[in-house]
Amino acid sequence: MSPSTPDNTGGIFEALEEALRADEPVALATVIAGVGIGAKLVVRPDAAPRGTLGDPDLDRVVTRDALGELEAGLTVTRHYGPHGEARERDVEVFIESFVRPPRMVIFGAVDFTAALARAAKLLGYHVTVCDAREVFATPARFPMADEVVCEWPDRHLAKVGPSLGPRDAVCVLTHDTKFDVPAIVGALATKVGYLGAMGSRSTHAKRVERLREVGVTDAELDTVMAPIGLDIGARTPEETAVSICAEIIASRTGRAAPSLRDTEGPIHA
Amino acid sequence: MKEILNDIDRWRDQGQRVAVARVVGLDGSGPRDPGAAMAVSEKGEVAGSVSGGCVEGAVVTEALAVLAGERERGVVTFGYSDDEAFAVGLTCGGTIHVYVEPLDW
Repeated sequence: MSPSTPDNTGGIFEALEEALRADEPVALATVIAGVGIGAKLVVRPDAAPRGTLGDPDLDRVVTRDALGELEAGLTVTRHYGPHGEARERDVEVFIESFVRPPRMVIFGAVDFTAALARAAKLLGYHVTVCDAREVFATPARFPMADEVVCEWPDRHLAKVGPSLGPRDAVCVLTHDTKFDVPAIVGALATKVGYLGAMGSRSTHAKRVERLREVGVTDAELDTVMAPIGLDIGARTPEETAVSICAEIIASRTGRAAPSLRDTEGPIHA
Repeated sequence: MKEILNDIDRWRDQGQRVAVARVVGLDGSGPRDPGAAMAVSEKGEVAGSVSGGCVEGAVVTEALAVLAGERERGVVTFGYSDDEAFAVGLTCGGTIHVYVEPLDW
């Protein structure tokens, strides 16, 4: 094969599609300028790379870099020499990372849950609804959720907690201390990026007392967003869902969430 | 890319060829980040987007030209850069680099 033509033997797109449909992490490296434009490598953490950029050394270097970008969830353009040399610019490679969708675990199968699950789906979350009460935790009540689990919060978190990370969210909507406390304690033990709990200020004050009794520290309590949501005057379940989702976005980006009209500086990033 | 898979599969099942356009770079402000993808079928059907609607029309033209063999795969730049004014730009003033190619892989 001439190094200037891509490996169009097929199967590259299929390999990418298979990983994307399974929500498995995958990186696609494409030569977008220079020698071998159009050539591709599909890189996955636990499988041999598919395709070639036209040179075994370049493939090796780009595979290594793509795995690094994928780990960080970054999409970037990098430059290399014809054999993967750093600090050379003969080949321009676009490395696109596809990471699994962020997860939202909602505890409490109430009306607010259905609205929040819908809003979270709009934002691309994989949504799990969890409630220990069998009559409420049914897929029929939450058809928009990816998963409805009938389980105590602490037991569910013992199972899925280790897989939760900074891009994920836990929302506790039961406002019944019997369920709230194990859910919050369980979520505090994870690396989840956002933890919010619904309830009035007085409900939350009582909840804080219970959490302290079971050994939750002030520093841990500081990380809990409660009462949950931004102060936009939300009343209905749907409005409340918007208020919660907006707070999740703002906490990820580190913004204070005023109106753009009242601030200056770049809108993105 | 994931959101356009169903359309791509449908078009390919119909025997249509498909071009894919992906945002690969952005200078200044831009509505979509690198990775935003759009697919165009031979018949001119469109899935996905690469901007807020500012350059989609021009990308369709480029994609169809690539499918027709009238232009090579490569990066197309929209906006203002290197003192060269292009006909189509982003209303926000940024510059967007879009890689367009046939889905022949």
